[in-house]
Amino acid sequence: MAQDILTADVIVIGGGNAALCAALTARQQGASVTVLESAPRDYRGGNSRHTRNMRAMHDAPTEVLTGAYTEEEYFNDLWRVTAGKTDESLARMAIRGSAPAMEWMKSQGVRFQPSLGGTLHLGRTNAFFLGGGKALMNIYYQAATRMGVQVLYNAEVVALEICDGRFVLGRAAVDGNLMEFRAKAVVVASGGFEANLEWLKEAWGPAAENFIVRGTPYNKGTVLRILLDAGAESIGDPKQCHAVAIDGRAPKFDGGIVTRLDCVPLGIVVNKNAERFYDEGEDLWPKRYAIWGRLVAQQPDQIAYSIIDAKAVGRFMPSVFPPIEAASIADLAAALGLSPARLEETVTAFNSAVQLGHFDHQTLDECHTGDGLTPPKTHWARRIDTPPYFGYPLRPGITFTYLGVKVNERAQIRMNSTGYSANLFAAGEIMAGNILGQGYPAGFGMTIGTVFGRIAGKEAAIAAGQA
Amino acid sequence: MKQNGEHVREGERLLTICNSCRYCEGYCAVFPAMERRMQFSEADVHYLANLCHGCAECYYACQYAPPHEFAVNVPKVFAEIRARSYQKYAWPASIAKIFRGRGIVAIWAAVLAVLIAGVANIGGAQFYDVIPHDSMVAIFLALGAYISFAQFAGLARFWRDTGEGFARFLQPAVLARTLSDILSLRNLDSGGAGCTYPNEMHSPARRRYHHFTFYGFMLCFAATTVAAIYDNVFGWVAPYNYTSVPVVLGTLGGIGLLIGPAGLLLLKRGRDSAIVDTKQDGVDVSLLALLFLTSFTGFMLLALRGTSSMGVLLVVHLAVVLALFVTMPYGKFVHGIYRAAALLKNALEQARQRQT
Repeated sequence: MAQDILTADVIVIGGGNAALCAALTARQQGASVTVLESAPRDYRGGNSRHTRNMRAMHDAPTEVLTGAYTEEEYFNDLWRVTAGKTDESLARMAIRGSAPAMEWMKSQGVRFQPSLGGTLHLGRTNAFFLGGGKALMNIYYQAATRMGVQVLYNAEVVALEICDGRFVLGRAAVDGNLMEFRAKAVVVASGGFEANLEWLKEAWGPAAENFIVRGTPYNKGTVLRILLDAGAESIGDPKQCHAVAIDGRAPKFDGGIVTRLDCVPLGIVVNKNAERFYDEGEDLWPKRYAIWGRLVAQQPDQIAYSIIDAKAVGRFMPSVFPPIEAASIADLAAALGLSPARLEETVTAFNSAVQLGHFDHQTLDECHTGDGLTPPKTHWARRIDTPPYFGYPLRPGITFTYLGVKVNERAQIRMNSTGYSANLFAAGEIMAGNILGQGYPAGFGMTIGTVFGRIAGKEAAIAAGQA
Repeated sequence: MKQNGEHVREGERLLTICNSCRYCEGYCAVFPAMERRMQFSEADVHYLANLCHGCAECYYACQYAPPHEFAVNVPKVFAEIRARSYQKYAWPASIAKIFRGRGIVAIWAAVLAVLIAGVANIGGAQFYDVIPHDSMVAIFLALGAYISFAQFAGLARFWRDTGEGFARFLQPAVLARTLSDILSLRNLDSGGAGCTYPNEMHSPARRRYHHFTFYGFMLCFAATTVAAIYDNVFGWVAPYNYTSVPVVLGTLGGIGLLIGPAGLLLLKRGRDSAIVDTKQDGVDVSLLALLFLTSFTGFMLLALRGTSSMGVLLVVHLAVVLALFVTMPYGKFVHGIYRAAALLKNALEQARQRQT
C-alpha cells in the first residue's frame, strides 16, 4: 500500500500548458501547489511542447499581433470550423479570456515573436511563442520553481477517490513508488487519450494500429478514464479525433511539426491500389489540412501516397523526410511498392482530364479536371508530366481526441449523480470537447488551456480556502 | 573520432529537421539564414556553424533535443563543425596540426620563455637592457606579419567557400550592420534576455564577460599601437609614465582582460556540458588563460618595473604575449575571424533579401 503521503492545498494532475497555468494561478492566489506530471522531465509539457502559437482576441494591433481580431470574428471562425458544435457560453469565455491571458503570460516571462515565414499566415489571429511550445513550457516551469510550486515528474496518477462528488484522496506512482495524495482541491489537466492505441481501437478497430501519434506518448487518458468510471459526465464524441495526413515515415510518437506534408493540393493522392480517392484540390490547404487524416485512415492499410512532379518543388514547406524520387511514373510506383501499370493508368486518366487554366496555388484557381473524372480535382489540377517525379507516403497522424469531461464556467467537473463538483476542476484538452465539438481553429487549444487553466487554478485556490 | 565529413553530414541532418520546423526562427541569425536555403552544401554548413554564437537557446527550446530519437543539438554539433572548419581553413595546415590538443599552449609559453631568457639579460635595469630594442622590434614585427598573413589566409579561404566575391566587403550599409553585430554581440542577447549559457536560465553574463574580453583586448591593442608610434615615429622610449596614453589604454584594457577571461572561465566551470563540445575545452581555456596572464603579468611589470624583479617579469610577460601571438591563427582566437566573416555574409544575404 501507499507508504508516503503527499499533501498540498491544490494538486494539479498534468504537466502541459493548462496544468501549469492552473498551478501558477493557484499559487499566485496563495495556495500551496503540487504538480503531478506523468512524463519524465525531458518530456514534460504534454502536447504543449509541440505547439507554437495561441489564438488571441484583440481590438487593436499589439506588439505581436497585427490588425484587430474581435470577439465576434473569433467566435464566427470557431462556429464555422466546429459547424456550430460548441458551447457558446464557454467558447466566449475562452475567447474573451484570451486577451488578458496574453498580458498574464507576459507577466510570467513568456516571450512572443513577430510572425515570420512558415506560419500559415496567422500573424493577425495567432501570437507565436518565441522558440515554440517547449520554450513556453520551460518559462512556466521556471516560474513554478521561482514561486515555490512543487513539481513531481514520472508521477502517474492511478486512482482518485471521489465521494459525493468531492475529491477525497488519490494515488500516484511516483518513480514507480506508490504514493497517496491529499488536497483540498484538484485540477485535472492531463490531456486526452490519443496516445492510447488500445482505447483508439475501441472507436477505429484494428485500423488504429496504423495511426501515428503526432504528440506525446504520455497522453494515455488514464485520469480521463478514472474520472469517467467514477461518474463524471462525459462530453465530446468518443469516436472522434483530430487527425491529419502526415509523412508515413514519421516516428510512432512525438514526431511533431516536421512530419507534416503540405504537398497534397499540388499533385494527386492515391491509395495502395494506386487509385485516387478524394478531391485533392477541394479547398485551400489550411482549411483542408484536417480532413486528410480521416481520409487516409479509411483507405486499405491506412496508407496513401502523394504524387507530385518537378513543377511542385519549392511550392510547399519541406518535410523532414526526403521524397522518393524517380524518372518515370512506373519507376516511382515500383519505388513506392505500387503497381506501375495501375499508377500509370491513374496518372494518365488524371492528366487527360486536366483542363488548362491559370495556375495559382495561393487562391482557389481555375485549374480543375473535367471529362467526368472521379473523384474530380477542383483546383490546382496540373498534369503530372515533368520528371523527376516524387512520392511521399501518407499516414493518419492523430493530434488529439475530443472525448472529455463536462465542465461549467468555473471549470468544475460535472458528476452524473451529484452535479458540479466543489473541488474537482478540469482544464485543457480533457475539457476542450465542451467547446470543440469537432474541428479546431489553429492555436485554439492553447487558448482553451490557458484561459481555463487560469480559471481552474483560481477556483481551486478558492475551493481550498485560499484567496 | 568522427571524420570531418560525418560532422558536416550531421549538420545537414539537423538543418533539414530545423528547416521543416522553424520554431526557432525568432532566436538568432542562424535560423533565418537557414530558411533562405532548401538544401545545405558543406560550405553552407560551415557558414551557418560559424554564424552560430553557441547561445544554446534553440537547444533548450527544441522538441527534438535528446533523448528524442531525432537528437537535435544544434549548439553542440555546430561547435564541433566550427572546430573542424578552423582546421580546414587554417594556413598552413601543417603548422596548424602542431597546435592541436589540450594544454599545448602552456608548453609553447614555457619554451618561448626559455628562449627569451636565453637571449635576455635578466639583471638589466631598463627594458632595453634586458632585451635589446632592435631584437624586440624584430621579433614582434616578424611575428606580427606572420600571424596577420596566416589569419588573412584563413579568412580568404573561408570567404571563397561562401561563394561571395571579395569586393563585397565594400558596401557601407552591410559593413555597418556587420560591425554592429560584432560590437554588440546581438546574437548572444536574445532581444535583451541574454543567452542560455551556462545553463537554461537566461543570463547576460556570457555576453558581458565577452565584452570585457573583446574591448579589453582592443584597448590593449590600441595601447601597443600608440606605444609603437611613440617609439618609432617620435622616438619616445618606453617605459611611459602612468598617465601616458599607452599606459592608460593598457590599464583599462588590462582590467577588461582580467575580468573577462576570469568570468568566462568561471562560467565554463558551471556550464551544462550538453550544449558544448567539451573536446574544445583545451583550446578555449588556453586562450582565456593567455589573455588573463598577458594582463596579469603586464600589471605586475607595471607595478614592479622600478625594482630588481623587472628583468624576470619582462621576460615572463613577453613570453606570455608571444605565446598568445604564436597560437592566434591556430587556436580559439580565430573564432572571431570566421564569426565576423559569417556575420558579414549574413548581412549581405539580408541585404539581397530586402532587395527582392
